[in-house]
Amino acid sequence: MEFAPIIEKVAFNLLKYAATVLPENAIKAIKTAYENETNPVGKSQLEAIIKNFETGSKLRIPMCQDTGIHIYYVEIGADSPIEDLGKIKEVLTNASKRATTEVPMRPNAVDPFGSNSGDNTGRYIPWINWEIVPGDKIKITALPKGGGSENMSTVKMLKPGVGIKGVMKEVLDWMIQAGGQPCPPTVVGVAVGGGADIAIKIAKKQLMRPIGEPHPQKEVAEIEKKLKAAINITGIGPMGLGGQTTCLAVHMDYAHRHPASLPMAIAVQCWAARQSAAEISADGKVKYLHHTIKE
Amino acid sequence: MAVVKLQTPIPEEEIRKLKAGDIIYISGIVYLSRDEAHLRALEYAEEGKELPLDFKGLALFHCGPIVKQDDKGEWHVVAAGPTTSSRMEIFQDKYIEKFRVSVVIGKGGMFDRTATAMKKYGAVYGAFTGGAAVLAAKAVKKVKAVEWLDLGTPEALWVFEVEEFGPLTVAIDTHGNNLFKDVATIAEKNREKAYDILGVSKE
Repeated sequence: MEFAPIIEKVAFNLLKYAATVLPENAIKAIKTAYENETNPVGKSQLEAIIKNFETGSKLRIPMCQDTGIHIYYVEIGADSPIEDLGKIKEVLTNASKRATTEVPMRPNAVDPFGSNSGDNTGRYIPWINWEIVPGDKIKITALPKGGGSENMSTVKMLKPGVGIKGVMKEVLDWMIQAGGQPCPPTVVGVAVGGGADIAIKIAKKQLMRPIGEPHPQKEVAEIEKKLKAAINITGIGPMGLGGQTTCLAVHMDYAHRHPASLPMAIAVQCWAARQSAAEISADGKVKYLHHTIKE
Repeated sequence: MAVVKLQTPIPEEEIRKLKAGDIIYISGIVYLSRDEAHLRALEYAEEGKELPLDFKGLALFHCGPIVKQDDKGEWHVVAAGPTTSSRMEIFQDKYIEKFRVSVVIGKGGMFDRTATAMKKYGAVYGAFTGGAAVLAAKAVKKVKAVEWLDLGTPEALWVFEVEEFGPLTVAIDTHGNNLFKDVATIAEKNREKAYDILGVSKE
């Protein structure tokens, strides 16, 4: 069966809805933070954020002018009847181009040796993360990622002797230094282990978890909770103007590591935790996972 | 924490009344400049060339907007949130001295050089909520002009007619207060408490 035409249409919808409507779990996290915030300046920032994304959603216009660099996660079921796998990259690129003019999204793909391509595509961009998974479905996720928060992401190669405590300290010190720059309240993705490239990939993947859903392993969930409390006690607050809501959640995961290395990575997501995903079943039926989208 | 509505051109005495933490809304003219348009304006001043607009008493917005041009050639603002202001720290003081803008709008705050110029010449920094691009665009009643389009749409000098543009939090006032600096000091003080939660030591 040919899936490329379906995927092109789905990917456009995913970009459009990711840019204009926050997923329900992000809305809930920000609204809860607003209710709990006691600092008047911090509260005023959260109020502006809520008013902003509610208006953007109603008018179907991007909630932030930085509509990000286009990143897709494509999970192909090993038993999927797909026959045109080779076309997926092309149709995702087409979807990005179309979304640039029709949503519209800000052209954010700049040639480091030249100029802005003008359509959000270029060398390696949109970036596609491929994965073969069990089952017969295809899952596509669009994660347009803003530059301000991405500038606060990092990879560090620690000495194994510092242990997990050392990792926790690095995360806290890093987020204090970041202050208001990544547009808090943030979601902080943390990964330990693997290697430099593996760690940042795992850290970024954590940004796709529903906000505040704890890691299934108890000891990891415990660290997530402590890191969240530590980052929030700093008082940096919404937009770095003061308050108790600096991050909405810390999501952590890990990989086994080389005996000589303790790689760690931090991926930072601004309050506009934009994403949208869809599952396409073997018969071509589409199910949107974050948004109600009518075809 | 007062809520103040201002109309451009804003008289200096109005600006000097504002205190850090106040919320302001601006009506009148807000114009946009990022790195490149700052540089060009300062070059013009150096060469004695006339600027396309008198910046005195106006509000300067650090922003690269999403804009759309209709069939008649008219520009419309789709989304216009603030960019990181700290990049402009290297020349904002000189800019304020030369052009006497009243309000600098952006996100993330600015530092001592800018704060000193603001105190001396009567200007404030208004923090606009990062990413709140829809609120900003909604306050724009009209795109009055665009200059220096050769810099690209995100870097051009856009002139917006606005109504109650805000809310902006006064983060740097003319009395020597800087909210972002205060928050950094608080965060430094709280670092020990945060370490305690994690069970780590300062080393």
